[in-house]
Amino acid sequence: MAVTGGAAMSDASKQFEYLLRLGDNALVLGQRLSAWVGHAPVLEEEMATANVALDLIGQAKSWLDLAGQVEGEGRDADWLAYHRDAWDYRNALLVEQPNGDYAMTIMRQFLFDAFHLPLLEQLAASGDERVRDIAAKSVKEVRYHLRRSSEWVIRLGDGTEESHRRTQAALDELWRFTGELMAADAVDQAMVEQGLGADLEPVADAWRQRVDQVLEAATLERPGEQWMQQGGKQGRHSEHLGYILAEMQFLPRAYPDARW
Amino acid sequence: MSRDWPLWEVFIRSKHGLSHKHVGSIHATDAEMAINNARDVYTRRNEGASIWVVRAADIVSSAPGDKEILFDPSEDKIYRHPTFYEVPDEVENL
Repeated sequence: MAVTGGAAMSDASKQFEYLLRLGDNALVLGQRLSAWVGHAPVLEEEMATANVALDLIGQAKSWLDLAGQVEGEGRDADWLAYHRDAWDYRNALLVEQPNGDYAMTIMRQFLFDAFHLPLLEQLAASGDERVRDIAAKSVKEVRYHLRRSSEWVIRLGDGTEESHRRTQAALDELWRFTGELMAADAVDQAMVEQGLGADLEPVADAWRQRVDQVLEAATLERPGEQWMQQGGKQGRHSEHLGYILAEMQFLPRAYPDARW
Repeated sequence: MSRDWPLWEVFIRSKHGLSHKHVGSIHATDAEMAINNARDVYTRRNEGASIWVVRAADIVSSAPGDKEILFDPSEDKIYRHPTFYEVPDEVENL
């Protein structure tokens, strides 16, 4: 499904947009997950969540540094992370959704991981060496993320009556944010043509296959066809992103010269 | 909640070591999650090449009260240590 966006941009700015999407997905989800530190239900989950968050923030740094290089205006990952406002962020709506209860956090993670892995697998064969290198490193991390989130969805869905109810509710709530992940727009298409980006159709096939398989094992019901929310990839966000950025960006904006 | 999860003992084989070594314990719902949790808690600094997890309840241990009968008898049998013969200089890795 094609939506408008990016039709009138130069090749370099399309690349910049595309790299921002990759970086911002990782950054915003990493920031969301970090909020569990000190609050996770058990120590083991706290460590696991923090590990995933750190993986994602590391990936965000790589993608955003590359985005800054491609842009050529001297902006690095820190600048892009801390000094852009919500409308300049290009993450999908799914990753900015609130942590909610643990079922919501796990479901959000699973729905994203199941997209993230086949995306990175394709990018690991990108025609652009810099993209290939970042993807090849990230793919190992994300393979574990998906394994872990899949295992949790199955255990929560096929667990107790309460865990099943909460996990189904999370799935129903988040489903409308999944369409955007795999809806290709002009930027996506241009990146496929340039040999840099991923073709989202096979990514969508892999996603559906994985999701169906895990939901079945989890005894969860896949939501029916419905209206899919879109816009994050083009900079139109839900109300949540502003709050995330306010917290994340406060320090470097208030104290621009702050150092560790 | 963690009270409902069984306790698992974690053994890690480091990259340079030869045998698995006990590193600590974790809670997990089942064997698969125990491996994941062990990975997340104990191999964050590149310590691991292999993980074993064993349900703590399945470990049979010697009773502290048996220390005398189990271990004291070997105290005066120093001839069991291989220290009573000369090692030829040519032998390097002993």
